[in-house]
Amino acid sequence: MSIARFWRETPRRYNLGGSKCTGCGTVYFPPRLVCPKCASHRQSIEKMVPFQLSGDGEVISFTVVHDPAEGFEMQVPYVLALVQTPEGPVLTGQVVDVEPKDVAIGLKVRATFRKLREEGKAGVIHYGYKFAPREESGVAPAPQGPPDPVPASEARAQDRAAA
Amino acid sequence: MRDVAVIGVGQTKFGELWDRSFREIGIEAGLQALVDAKLSSGDLGGLFLGNMASGTLLDQEHIAPLILDYAGLAGRRLPAVRVEGGGASGSLALHQAWLAVASGYYDFVVVGGAEKLTDVPDATAAQITSSAADHEWEVVFGATLPALWALIARRHMHQYGTTREELARVAVHAHEMGSKNPNAHFRNKLSLEQVLNAGPVAEPLGVFDCAPLSDGAAAVVLGPMDLARQHTDTPIQITASQVACDTMALQHREDLTTLDSTVSAARRAFAQAHRDPRDVQVAEIHDAYTISALVALEDLGFVKKGHAGREFASGRFAPGGAVTVNPSGGLKAQGRPFGAVGVAQVVEIVRQLRGEAKERQVPEAMVGLAHDVGGTGATSVVTLLERVN
Repeated sequence: MSIARFWRETPRRYNLGGSKCTGCGTVYFPPRLVCPKCASHRQSIEKMVPFQLSGDGEVISFTVVHDPAEGFEMQVPYVLALVQTPEGPVLTGQVVDVEPKDVAIGLKVRATFRKLREEGKAGVIHYGYKFAPREESGVAPAPQGPPDPVPASEARAQDRAAA
Repeated sequence: MRDVAVIGVGQTKFGELWDRSFREIGIEAGLQALVDAKLSSGDLGGLFLGNMASGTLLDQEHIAPLILDYAGLAGRRLPAVRVEGGGASGSLALHQAWLAVASGYYDFVVVGGAEKLTDVPDATAAQITSSAADHEWEVVFGATLPALWALIARRHMHQYGTTREELARVAVHAHEMGSKNPNAHFRNKLSLEQVLNAGPVAEPLGVFDCAPLSDGAAAVVLGPMDLARQHTDTPIQITASQVACDTMALQHREDLTTLDSTVSAARRAFAQAHRDPRDVQVAEIHDAYTISALVALEDLGFVKKGHAGREFASGRFAPGGAVTVNPSGGLKAQGRPFGAVGVAQVVEIVRQLRGEAKERQVPEAMVGLAHDVGGTGATSVVTLLERVN
C-alpha cells in the first residue's frame, strides 16, 4: 500500500473521526459524504459534519483468527471483533490485552492506539485503533507476550547496514 | 422482454489444475457449451465472462477478448465483456447476458465463468479472496473473508442457539454430494468428527468449514425461448434473474445474521417467476463457509430465520428432503473458482432439470434455484430456472 493511501486516512484511523448527518442526527464511521438513512438522501449532501467517536464500545461478535490477514502473521492467534459504539457505528478491530478465552459477546472495551501491521521489514508501518477491555469489565489483562524476535527499528537498521 | 432459455452447458473439472492454463480451461467450458447447444459460431452474438481477480492472480486483465480469441472467434469481431462482482462475478455475468437476450438485442450469447487460483501461493490466494471485503475498514484491521463469516457464525449461534455441530453437518453433506460428482474438487466423504476436529481458521470455523481454493471454468449458452427448440429438446427457461446489493462492510449491517441482499434478490426473483420457495425441488446455494449455507437457507425463504441449523441436521435439505441443496457438492466440495461458481451452479441446475445428473439426479426436478454471493453479501444474485414441457 502506498504511503499516501494510508496517510490520508489517519484522522479516522488514529483519532476515530467520523461524521454526523445534521438532517437526521445519524453518526457514521468511517465518515460518509451522504446519509443513507435520510428519506431524500440527496438533501444530506454537504450537510454531513465531522463527529468524534468516544472510543467506548461493546463486543457484539468476535472470532479468534488462526489463518491471518497479510501482515498479521506475528500476531496469531488474534481476536477480531465487531464493536458497537454508544454513538451508533459498529467498528471492526482486534481485541487486545486479554486472553482469547476471556473475550465474550457483551465485553466492554475501549479503543486504544496500536501498531496494526508492517509492510515487510523495510515498508510502511500502519497504526490505528484496536480495542482493550475496560477496567470495569473485570477481565484480567493478558500477560505480556515475548517481544518480536527482531524489533522493526532494528530490522530497518540492519537493512540499511546491508545496503 | 423475451423469455430466455439455457440451451447449452459446459464445465471443466474443478480443482488444482496445475497442468492447465486459464485460457485452456476457459475455452474448454465454452466450447463444450457451444457443442451442447448445437450452435454455429456464426449465430453467436457475444461473450459475457465472469471473473473476479485475474489481475492479481495472473497479472492479466482484458481477459474477455483473450478467451474469445483462443476460442477461435477473434475473426468474428464479436463483443466480449468481463463482469466482476467478487465471488458473484459468474452469476452477475449471467444476469447481464440474460438482459441482453431478453431485451431482444442479441439472440445467442455465451456466458462464461473462469478463475485460476493455484498459480499463486495459497497465502496470496487467501489474501485475494479477502479483497471481496472492504479493504480499508475490514482487511487493514486484521479481517479475512473467513474471519468475517466467523463473526456472522458467532452471532448466529448467540442469537439462535445454532451449534458448532450443526455448522459441521453442512460440510459433511457437501462432501457426500461431491462424492457423486466427477467434476468435484473433493470426492472424499467427511465424517462429523473430521470436521469438528480440523484445525481452526477463524473460530468457530475450521479448515473443513471453508471451501477450497480451486481452478475451474463453466459456461452456458443463452437464447430466446422461441428459437430454443431448434437447438435442444429440453430448453431450460430462466424464469427470474435478480441482483441486489448491500453495504460493502459487514459492520454496517442492521442484522449480522441476515444477508439483506439475498432476502431482496430472492423476494424479487420469486415474484418475477410467480413462484415461492415451496415450488423449488433443487437449489445450488452459496456455501463458501458452512455458516453461509445456513444463513442462505433462511434468507432465501426455505426455512424460518434461526432454524436452518436444526432443519439442516434433520435432513430436510438432503436427497429425499423437501429441497435437495447443492447436489453438485457446492462450493465446499465441488470447489470455489470464484468467477466460475455462479455459472457452474446454473450448469448443475440445468443438468438436474434436464434429468441428466446421473447418480446425483433429484427425482422429478422441475424448478431450480441458484444463489451466488460476493464477499459477505454486498452482492447477491438469485436465478430461478424451470423445465418447460
